[in-house]
Formats: sequence, C-alpha cells, structure tokens
Amino acid sequence: MRSVLLICRKELNAYFASPIAYLLMAFFALIFGFVLFNATRDFIRFSFQMQFQGGGGPMSINDQIITPLLGFSSTITLFLVPMITMRLFAEEKKSGTIELLLTSPVTDLQIIVGKWLGAMLLFLCILAMSMINVALLFAWGKPDLKPVLVAYLGLVLQGGCLLAIGAFISSLTKNQIIAGGVTFFVCLLLWLLSWATANDTGALSQVINYLSIVTHFDNFSKGILETKDIIFYLSMIFFSLFITSRAMESLRWRS
Amino acid sequence: MIKVEGLTKRYARTLAVDNISFEVEKGQIVGFLGPNGAGKTTTMRVLTCFLPPSAGTATVAGFDVLEQPMEVKKRIGYLPETPPLYPEMEVVEYLQFVAKLKGIASGDVRRRVDEVMERCSVADVRTKLISKLSKGYRQRVGLAQAIIHNPDVLILDEPTSGLDPKQIIETRELIHSLAGDHTIILSTHILSEVEHSCERVIIISQGKLVAIDSVDNLTARLRGSEAVSVELEVASGRPNPTEVQQRLEMVAGVSRVVMKDSRDSRLVFEVESLQGRHIRADLARTVVNSGWNLSELRSVGLSLEDIFLQLTAAEQKETDVKEIQGATV
Repeated sequence: MRSVLLICRKELNAYFASPIAYLLMAFFALIFGFVLFNATRDFIRFSFQMQFQGGGGPMSINDQIITPLLGFSSTITLFLVPMITMRLFAEEKKSGTIELLLTSPVTDLQIIVGKWLGAMLLFLCILAMSMINVALLFAWGKPDLKPVLVAYLGLVLQGGCLLAIGAFISSLTKNQIIAGGVTFFVCLLLWLLSWATANDTGALSQVINYLSIVTHFDNFSKGILETKDIIFYLSMIFFSLFITSRAMESLRWRS
Repeated sequence: MIKVEGLTKRYARTLAVDNISFEVEKGQIVGFLGPNGAGKTTTMRVLTCFLPPSAGTATVAGFDVLEQPMEVKKRIGYLPETPPLYPEMEVVEYLQFVAKLKGIASGDVRRRVDEVMERCSVADVRTKLISKLSKGYRQRVGLAQAIIHNPDVLILDEPTSGLDPKQIIETRELIHSLAGDHTIILSTHILSEVEHSCERVIIISQGKLVAIDSVDNLTARLRGSEAVSVELEVASGRPNPTEVQQRLEMVAGVSRVVMKDSRDSRLVFEVESLQGRHIRADLARTVVNSGWNLSELRSVGLSLEDIFLQLTAAEQKETDVKEIQGATV
C-alpha cells in the first residue's frame, strides 16, 4: 500500500509540475461554465415565459440544468481521459525510467494501481472545478442534493473506467501520441456505439449497448443508483487494470 | 554472489545472449566487456529481473531471478545506460522517491539521501531540477540512486559513457571506493576503464562468452610480443620507403612491418615483434648504421584493446574460446 501511494503521489506531482493539470482544469472549467451559463439562461427565459403566458409543466433545476450539464460532462470526459492517460506508461518507457520502477522491490500491480490512482486524483481535481458552478446553483436555487451526488458518483466511476482503459493502452506503446490517439479513438467508439445502438432492440445491439461504458452513466445522470451499473464500472476498472498487468508481463517476455 | 548458468535470451528473431555461464565472488569488481550489441545490457537486465531469461538460470545472493524477484530486487542497485531520472523532480525529491521505492523506512530516508548525495558529490545541486542538470551530474544522480539502499550487488551499465575525462576519473574513483562492501558488475566498451577499475573481465561478443579471466592474465597473454613505432628522417627520395621497410623486416625478431606515414623526408613504421623478442635495440642500430636519422622510437605496446579486438574478431572466435577456457579452467 505504501508503494501504491508513493507512486500515486509521484504521478500527481508530475501532472502538477507540468502545465497539463492546469490546462485540463482550465479547459474543463471554461466549457462547463459556458454550458452552465447557457442552460441557466434558457431556464430563466423559459420560466419567465411560463409566468406571463401560462402553461408548461413544473420547472426543476435538477432536470433542466444539472442533469443535462453533468451528462454533458460525461461526454467531455471522453476528451479529457486520453490527455490524462497518454503519458502514464508511454513516457516512462520512452525515457527509460520504467527500468527503475521494474527493478525496484514493487510489484507490477502496485505500479499500475498507483499510476491509475494518480490519474484518478487528477480527474477528481478537474471534476471539482465544476462544483464551484454547481454550488452557485445551490446558493440561489433549491435543487435536490441526492441526484446531484449520484450523478457525480457516476462521473467518477465512468472516469475511472476510461482512465483504466487509457492506462492499458498507454502500457502498450512508447509513443505518447499513439497512446493518446488510440485512447481517444476507443473513447469515441464507445460513445458512438451507445449512441448507435440506443434505439435498436436486436440482441447484438443490446449486448453492445450494455458493454458501452457511456450507457451506464444514463441512470446515474437521472439520479438512479443501480447496483448493476456500479458493479459494471467496478468490474471494468478491475478488468482493465488486470489486463494492463498482463500486458506489462507479456512485454517483458517478448522484448 | 552472482551465479549465471546457461543463460540464454532470445528476442523475437535474434538471439541476444547465447548460453552464458559465469560466477562473481562477493566484493569483486567485474568488467563486462563487449562491442555494442554484444548482449551486455540484456544480461544485466536479466540479472536485475527486468527481463526474464529464455533459458538457464541466474541467481543473485542465492535468490533466483525468476522464483524470487522481490528478494533479488531488494539486493540490487541498477544504473541503466540512460540514468532513469524524472526531469520534473528536484534532485533531493527524486532521491527521496527512490529511497522510499526501494523500501527504506521513512525515518531513515532523509539520512540516507544526505549520505549518498555527499558520496556522489551532488549535494551542491540538491534543489535543482533534474532537467537542468548537466550530463555529468545526471550520471552521478543515477549512481546515487543505485546505491541508495546500500545493495549487495551493484550493476552499472556503461557508468562513464558521455562524461568528460575529469568526470570519468571521478566516477571511476567513486566506483572503486564502493568496492568491498558491494559486488559490482560494470559494463563498458571502453577498455581502459576495465584496466583501471576491474579485477576480472568477462568478454562477450555476439551473445557468446569469449573470455573470462583477470585483467593481468589477459594482458600477460599477449605481453610477450611488442609493437614499436619507428620514425625516420631521410633525405627526400633517397632511400625510397619500400627499401627502408625491407631493411627493417630483416632485423632479427621482427614479424611484421607496416608503413604508417611517409611524407617528404619523414617515414613512420609500426614494427611488431615475435613472441618474447625485444627488438628496439636492434632496430635502432639498424637505422643508425644505415645512415638514416632516427627521430623517434616508441613502444606502442599491445594493450587490452588489441586483445579485445583479437578475441572478438569473428574469424578467430572459435579457436580463442577453446584456448582461453582451457587456460583458465
């Protein structure tokens, strides 16, 4: 555990020693703020219209601002993840520092979990940027807290899952650009799959839809906490980290 | 301390290391010598548990690299060819990280880091970013990293490559001062390095073990013959160079004369003697008696360099392996 935390802290330091962490946080805060501004403006305009003209259903900050906003964040995650994970292993392989880690008395799994945890913490820092905006909604409105928390949990789990996949891809190459590019492609593919199979009831579509990481976020974004979604994400994280360790082992044997 | 038996490492298509066996006693400094691509780094990587062997066994301090890699890793300090440094860290921060990674108790980390910084003389750059360090400092930080947990075995892959002459001497002295408590294997393709710092030499070429012996024995093998550089001044055109060469070849004990240079009145030859013959006096006499001006007579010696070239030259390999192994076993 000590080694895991040590490597995790080293990763986190590396992110914050370079502009990448600040850049991603700023990027996320900017986009999130922009979307929030638009959503809030539409919400207010709509509620004024209803006041003067009557009609329409009940208004809810949760349903009309927060849910779409966090749903949108889940899409942004697809773009953030490759930039976080591309360096995880590729950089160390290129610079040769991987030799230090692999010849030190730590196991492959400790290295992998430590690195994933470091990436995870950076991701949490990025997500935390959105909390400033959400806190403002709480200050001036009365949204429900629980669905918001569930949606955040969903974002964290989905992020963890994609980060684990990104870590796996980064462990396969020395080239950061390739690691980032392939991870981005995979993220995009997962997103497209869920989108393409969403309204199809064929068996294959159902299976693909179930396996698509993005689909499982839907329940979370609606504030529904389902065990199957949590288990899906946790097992995907576990599986990805496991194949990363297998990949590292096989690379040792081959090269 | 280190025992390697029948070690073979095969990459996808190439055979990097082919059935190598050797042993290293505790406290020895062993030079691992070979041309680039001979399999030095691969062997070292197997010893440090970075790569598993394809066949054969390697044990460090009695622990097998495949069966008990954790125990081996605890006892090994490794400096790869490019020091494994994180450019975004400060020197002291990096060494603290490595210390913890190697399992040094938190209470001892600060003391150990101070010690190795002192020992490798990097204390003056302790708060500098590693990315800002010069090559020499990087190499020394790399060395500090390797010895931080006071390992039984030190494996150094070309520790002096890329350093300037002063730094090379300093690094050599540092390595020398580490001998005794540590068993050291260092690889190099620079021969003088082995002559200076190693007690034993393991020479490999194209993945095969070519020789394993003490430095003295290896040099003694060829000390018998000597090479002499002769420089003459003659009136231009007379006598002509081939004439001079023929005359030198007739001196008793000379096996070969090679013309190195002939410009105007200046002629330079390299003369090699037969085993056990001293030819300098005869050479000088011949030159003077012929009425030429002898401007230089210098022994160029047959160094480890020549032995190395002889041993690793492909066409001679087979016979030499037998000869040397016969001589040492």
